Amino acid sequence: MTIKYTEDHEWVREKGDLHVVGITDYAQEQLGEIVYVELPAVGGAVTQGAEAAVVESVKAAGEVKSPLSGTVAEVNDKLEDSPELVNQDPEGKGWLYKIRAENPQQLDALLDADAYRELVRPLA
Amino acid sequence: MPRADDFTVRHIGSNPEQLTAMLDALGVASLDELIEQTVPASIRSNHRFKLPEALDENRLNKLSRLVAADNVAAISMIGLGYYGTVTPPVIRRNVLENPDWYTAYTPYQPEVSQARLEVLLSFQQMIIDLCALEIANASLLDEATAAAEAMMLARRVNKNPSNRFLIGRDCLPQTIAVVKTRAQPMGIDAVVDVNGDDDGDCFGALIQYPSANGDIYARAEYEKFIEKMHAKNALVIMAADLLALTLLTPPGELGADIAVGTTQRFGVPMGFGGPHAAYFATREKYKRSIPGRLIGVSIDANGNRAYRMALQTREQHIRRDKATSNICTAQVLLAVMATFYAQYHGPGGLTRIAKRVNRLTRALADGLAHLGFPVVHRHFFDTLMVRTPDGAARLCDKAEQARYNLRLIDRDHVGVSLDETITTDKVEGLLHVFASTTAHEIEGMLFNRDLEKSIPADLERSSAFLQHPHFHRYHSETEFMRYLRKTASKDITLSRSMIPLGSCTMKLNAASEMEPISNPLFAHIHPFAPAKHARGYHRIINKLDIMLCELTGFAVFSFQPNAGSQGEYTGLLCIRAWHRSRGEDARDVCLIPSSAHGTNPASAIMAGMQVVVVKCDPDGNIDIDDLEARAKEHADRLAAGMVTYPSTHGVFEESIKQICDIVHRHGGQVYMDGANMNAMVGICRPAEIGADVMHLNLHKTFAIPHGGGGPGMGPIGVAKHLAPFLPDHPLVSCNRGGSDPVGTVSAAPWGSPLILPISWAYMRLLGDYGLKRSTKVAILNANYIAHRLNPHYPVVYKGVNGRVAHECVVSLAPIKDACGVTVEDVAKRLIDYGYHAPTMSWPVPESLMIEPTESESKEEIDRFCDALIEIREEIREIEAGKFTLENSLLTNAPHSYHLLVSDDWPMPYSRQRAFFPTNEVRNNKYWPPVGRVDNVYGDKNLQCSCPPMSDYAGVDVVV
Repeated sequence: MTIKYTEDHEWVREKGDLHVVGITDYAQEQLGEIVYVELPAVGGAVTQGAEAAVVESVKAAGEVKSPLSGTVAEVNDKLEDSPELVNQDPEGKGWLYKIRAENPQQLDALLDADAYRELVRPLA
Repeated sequence: MPRADDFTVRHIGSNPEQLTAMLDALGVASLDELIEQTVPASIRSNHRFKLPEALDENRLNKLSRLVAADNVAAISMIGLGYYGTVTPPVIRRNVLENPDWYTAYTPYQPEVSQARLEVLLSFQQMIIDLCALEIANASLLDEATAAAEAMMLARRVNKNPSNRFLIGRDCLPQTIAVVKTRAQPMGIDAVVDVNGDDDGDCFGALIQYPSANGDIYARAEYEKFIEKMHAKNALVIMAADLLALTLLTPPGELGADIAVGTTQRFGVPMGFGGPHAAYFATREKYKRSIPGRLIGVSIDANGNRAYRMALQTREQHIRRDKATSNICTAQVLLAVMATFYAQYHGPGGLTRIAKRVNRLTRALADGLAHLGFPVVHRHFFDTLMVRTPDGAARLCDKAEQARYNLRLIDRDHVGVSLDETITTDKVEGLLHVFASTTAHEIEGMLFNRDLEKSIPADLERSSAFLQHPHFHRYHSETEFMRYLRKTASKDITLSRSMIPLGSCTMKLNAASEMEPISNPLFAHIHPFAPAKHARGYHRIINKLDIMLCELTGFAVFSFQPNAGSQGEYTGLLCIRAWHRSRGEDARDVCLIPSSAHGTNPASAIMAGMQVVVVKCDPDGNIDIDDLEARAKEHADRLAAGMVTYPSTHGVFEESIKQICDIVHRHGGQVYMDGANMNAMVGICRPAEIGADVMHLNLHKTFAIPHGGGGPGMGPIGVAKHLAPFLPDHPLVSCNRGGSDPVGTVSAAPWGSPLILPISWAYMRLLGDYGLKRSTKVAILNANYIAHRLNPHYPVVYKGVNGRVAHECVVSLAPIKDACGVTVEDVAKRLIDYGYHAPTMSWPVPESLMIEPTESESKEEIDRFCDALIEIREEIREIEAGKFTLENSLLTNAPHSYHLLVSDDWPMPYSRQRAFFPTNEVRNNKYWPPVGRVDNVYGDKNLQCSCPPMSDYAGVDVVV
């Protein structure tokens, strides 16, 4: 199962015929304790590189840019009551939304795990 | 040499010996030598400043009373959102005139701001109750801008794609003007529903309750209208009179989504238009879209209740161009006064006041009808629209001769508004005025009659309000006075110690400068009073205009913007209008450095501009190459470049003229943010540097107190070519240059005139010499701090000669890297030493930005530096492994009294070190009422109303 990353610190993973999106461990670390997640509307369209969600701590608001274009198929409702899941398990239970990708080839241009690790290494 | 009675020596904190000692420490021979090293020669002005001679305090006070005497405090019955009110003397003396309240800063550091936060929470509770809505913020600038903000909230939360916004025809004229001005750059079509039957699609609608002419419609009409709007997915905003709401069914119960209005008539004098606190209430589901500051309840490190500002990610200082509003400075002092007024009177007292106002209005209506002047509306609260065919102007003149100011509605109608200052005698007097125009006799006819009710029976308020004990406990003056004293003691204000907030200029607000605001001849003037009743105010405004133009080099100032952020918005509107006047409609790009105040991008968005961010170089200066590249890239669309000077990094950038030149060469105009003007007064003139428009924060540089987060004033100065576009007002002409105004940006023509005499007095007390000397000493103090702290905390940004401007940024990043202590830990530990922290992590992360101002003495500055240096030693103990980070003096700070009295002392250091780290602290201990406030808890468990009284048992600390 491949996972891809963006330079804006989102990850995207294929799951069945959908793609799951979240923010990276590095991103949650930078934001600090997350208190609120604004999720897109199910059924709405998202565009690659455009803001799709907002992850907020008390001092910062991280805009989540969609790694792929498509339609939002599902959102992680658990985050409404437990936004801390994004801190605790950013690439697992802290996922944000799933999309039905318009053009899965968009994945090709994203970073693989090694390339992303290289990207954040000097930042950490 | 200054004279013995020269006020400059009172305003400047240090005496000559102390100044010399600081100059010696810096290795410079004189203040002038320091300025030469600090301010680039290319921008030092050769202008011979023509400023009036300094006055001593006695003369100033005499002159201020003379000027006030040029105003006429008539019996004001103009209404339109401004009413006579009685400020209870216990509030005037203990709050309005008390530096414990008016010298506080915005409560960003909650541990030292619990008093304001607690009162502001009561303010929110008061608004929630009176409006019957679920959540309220802690004030906006005025009713008109609150209505505009409500329109923007409706736009944000509403999925309805319509771009139309409907304005009820009975709304206040100034509200209509401000809403329309605000709508235009956002592409919103704000239309007045002229016939009251507009059926077009819209995303929101605004109605006035009661109407501007006093009318109250049938309940069914309000409900039908709201249902109709909801059916088309439009939100309904009610601009409601707060006093009327004690008697009327509140907006929330009628189904409205948002309520806005002013709290002026809750004990805050009219002041020729302001300052007053506006309110904003809405439904819980819109909480993340609310503009401005929101106070919430949280807990501290010990689990005790503590207040803080909540959901700050909505605001401009975090969200910048995506913020819900550009508002920063609000109206805290006035919101505090209005809350105290409500607590002093309680719900019963407020209702009695409202009923009395209403009864007198009914008596007046009855009398007028008998005199042959029919009142147009059957239902009203305090305002009558009186019919007098073709006689309205003559009646207003007659009334004026008898010292009554009425509202001329049109040739056939006058408006008469009553308030709590109107007595039976005054009503009788007014009836005489009307009678004198007819043959009628009025003796004996008044007040003996059964008066018909004027509020529809089904609109009478049935729900209770202000049930919280805070509104019931303090009705005796003794209890109230002690409550005020006890509350005030919780906060750190300038009356306690230096507040070294970078970019905020917390200087002295001298008593003599504050005197005019208590003068009834300044306080009780209606903003729409005849010009001849406000000659004193016009003298102040004209003199201020002349002096500020002299200091800045601009052609003219507009005093309408009520805060720096409003100045930015207004200035950018002027720039846009200027481009359009030249046929360059496409110019809409605004270049803003990454280091700019958050208000800059938020204001640019409000002005309909697109923000393009310009990078900063590692020295904190604007990256010239990037600026040039961005300007070139957007040359066809460049509208403006915004720049703060000296820079937000506290340095006089050498390249400022080049920066202005690049913007100009690519067709843009330069907007200068005046937040740092205190480093330039009398030394350089922004217009000569290349700025086309600039706001001045009169509440920073020109001595208006911060009031705990407002009031502010943000007048803008413009070069001649922009003057025609300065804002005007629908009721009072106030644009002297103005052939082509951008619209209206504040409810009142001159913003908040009541506080303008403060800045006028400041400049008259200091004069040419004192103003220049203040700038120089402010720069000296900042450089002295930089010099003292640099060995302990590196000063990050310096000019070419190693000097800082009027503030300095020290970095704590190396400390965090070494041992994990954060800038927040240091800020909170400073509280144990009795200090309010400097500006934290702005404009760069993990830094402190320190601005001492000229008003702090060397002694106080040394005390503050000693505290920071001592804290550095405490950090070393962590670095050396003596204490763990998790259980250290730093991370446990601030140490509240709860810890002191606890039997359990689990800390590895002594109580003495925790509470009395130095002897200085022993002599003047500040007891933080709470430990470190838990921000995460507060935002996750949002509560923005007063906790039940049972939660309060036994936790109040009296210091």
